[in-house]
Amino acid sequence: MQMNGAQILMECLKEQGVDTIFGYPGGTILNVYDELYQCEGIRHILTAHEQGAAHAADGYARSTGRVGVCFATSGPGATNLTTGIATAHMDSSPVVFISCNVSENLIGKDSFQEVDITGITMPITKSNYMVRDINKLAETVREAFAVARSGRPGPVLIDILKNVTAEVTDFEPLPRDRHFAGGRLATLKERAEENFEAPRPNADDLEEMVRLIDEAKKPLIICGGGVVRGRAQEEFAAFAEKLDAPVAITLMGGGGYPGDSPLSTGMLGMHGSQASNRACASCDLLIAVGCRFSDRVALNPDNFAKQAKIVQIDIDRSEINKNVKTDHHIVGDAAQVLDMLYERIQRKTHEEWKRYVFAFPTETLYEEGGESLSPRQILNTIQKMVPEDTIVATDVGQHQMWAIQHFHFNYPGQLLTSGGFGTMGFGLGAAIGAKAAFPEKTVIHITGDGSFRMNCQELATEQYYDLPVITFVFNNGVLGMVRQWQTLIYDKHYSQTTLDRAPDFVKLAEAYGLRGARVCNVEQLEAAIRDALAWGHGYVIDCTINMDEMVRPMVGGGSAITKFIIC
Amino acid sequence: MDQIKRQTLVVLVDNEAGVLSQVSRLFSRKGYNIETLAVGTTARENLSRITIEVMTDDAHVQLLSNQLRKLIPVHSVKVLTEQKAIRRELIIIKMRTPTPGIRNEITQIANIFRASIIDVSIGTLSLAVIGEEQKLEGMINILKEFEIMELVRTGVIALERGQNTIYDETKEKGEFSYGKNVL
Repeated sequence: MQMNGAQILMECLKEQGVDTIFGYPGGTILNVYDELYQCEGIRHILTAHEQGAAHAADGYARSTGRVGVCFATSGPGATNLTTGIATAHMDSSPVVFISCNVSENLIGKDSFQEVDITGITMPITKSNYMVRDINKLAETVREAFAVARSGRPGPVLIDILKNVTAEVTDFEPLPRDRHFAGGRLATLKERAEENFEAPRPNADDLEEMVRLIDEAKKPLIICGGGVVRGRAQEEFAAFAEKLDAPVAITLMGGGGYPGDSPLSTGMLGMHGSQASNRACASCDLLIAVGCRFSDRVALNPDNFAKQAKIVQIDIDRSEINKNVKTDHHIVGDAAQVLDMLYERIQRKTHEEWKRYVFAFPTETLYEEGGESLSPRQILNTIQKMVPEDTIVATDVGQHQMWAIQHFHFNYPGQLLTSGGFGTMGFGLGAAIGAKAAFPEKTVIHITGDGSFRMNCQELATEQYYDLPVITFVFNNGVLGMVRQWQTLIYDKHYSQTTLDRAPDFVKLAEAYGLRGARVCNVEQLEAAIRDALAWGHGYVIDCTINMDEMVRPMVGGGSAITKFIIC
Repeated sequence: MDQIKRQTLVVLVDNEAGVLSQVSRLFSRKGYNIETLAVGTTARENLSRITIEVMTDDAHVQLLSNQLRKLIPVHSVKVLTEQKAIRRELIIIKMRTPTPGIRNEITQIANIFRASIIDVSIGTLSLAVIGEEQKLEGMINILKEFEIMELVRTGVIALERGQNTIYDETKEKGEFSYGKNVL
């Protein structure tokens, strides 16, 4: 069938089962948008800014486990994506970004809105492609989706030249399960042998692991982001229960293991619980599943879990021994490895060890507020009033830590947060993406006044497409986390962290056609949440909190995991 | 920290645009200055081979090769130790020869090092020589007694001794059991 490049692109997206695209049009991508105009079955969500589109596609991917799709034009459109791409890359989120570039005759001439986006995104994509030949377009799109979702997922960028979107060639539709039958994907698959989707764990590695488990008296399991990405929650829970070992959950692991399970010790790392961090320091076997030992977990890699044999289970070989030197490792998909281990291990009990660990608090008990609302009161009230399966998107800072310490996430994709890259301004876009995927679920966005200001223009998207998100602004009038560091480490030099300035978030919500409320106590907050749930459209609740509230506990960067600066 | 030494990495890649910058980026990100780099096609269609030498320790060279193996266009990566590798480099040197006496002396030195004379003009003489760095450095040091006008090196290329190759069919057993399957 003769088709032009734009038509082929849309057909290829349909092959992948894409139902939603987030994006922003422009000069070079016009042919694609012209095709989109008459395309049925694919919804396009026009955001206010390309960064919002990138985060929305990422939120869509994280919440569904499917590949998110994002469109942008050349030049500034493409560069506006980069923060979103890097965010997806650091947290292994499968997103295909499609940008168009100027035509072949204009490439390399500093033409209007021309930028070398494949060069720029090389370090922040799993792979990227520039399509200069119409005959390679379909094959490239198919490869991009396969790469984005296979193994350790990640973002992929396809940059298509404008002339390619207009040129015509013969196109044969191919169902997704036959994409590996030919072309470069067949070669890739052959190179990867049977392990293209998920590498098969080595039998000897499993046996060694069983031996280590038999020897261990004080095992600790870390639930990392890999459990969430690999949707391995059932296998993980079964394994943890059979091993009867405490489970520490990393920021990215939130939702991989139920936070309210009796084996959960809470979060691990810089703001980890006493129980998690102390268990980590005194365990004799540490089993890290899908965890890359980032510097916010293994604050000091040299003495991290010094008493323990460290075993790393990861799908990505290059993570093994990258940050922390391990004693043993298994390369493979979390669900598959845990399932195979479950079959091989004996049922264990570790009563004495659990008594030791759970003598320490698994949660931080924050004060109830005096004059103003305390973060704890806000989170308690939210939790009491929203449905249990509510999706929670956060931005980055104190509110993020409070939310993750407080909520117990029960399924992968329930928590959407920028862990690795720490992108302020991620939350609203991500919440919109998740709401587009799950219209029946309640989606809340927990943010701070600093983070919210960064991308609050996406309220327009929320309003226009009626993708209701309830935004809770933890408004302390300062950049709270940076201020906390200034308080503790920089002699209270509050350099450029005071945000005593516009806008009024309630009026802002109203300006975007949404409702807003400013709340100073629990009664007002409850009334606002009731109103938000009943109204059923986007809502911003501006919660006034004290600027000196801190996230506790805290361990300083680079120090031993039990060396708490504040408890 | 292990001992820092000269490490030779051989990388087999798809012959397409952008691959070299993807590969070299991984070195610059970690702050490694690439000592030598040589790229060329192979006997197999669409495959190129990159030989890179860096100064680092064994642990870091393993991390680097794991990162390299993650790149889609990379087919395989091999770290070649000195014992199991044949390493060669070609240099071309243009010498100033103002007098016939100097030309004769340089020609004799060239013979000792088995360098070939590839160009002669009035006042200049160009030599080409193949070898390992010890031999090449030795020759350059002697030639520095005269006037070197220009010197160019290809960078080291390396090949494994014996039956094993970088290709899957004849690779060393167990060598690529990890990494390349993680797309």
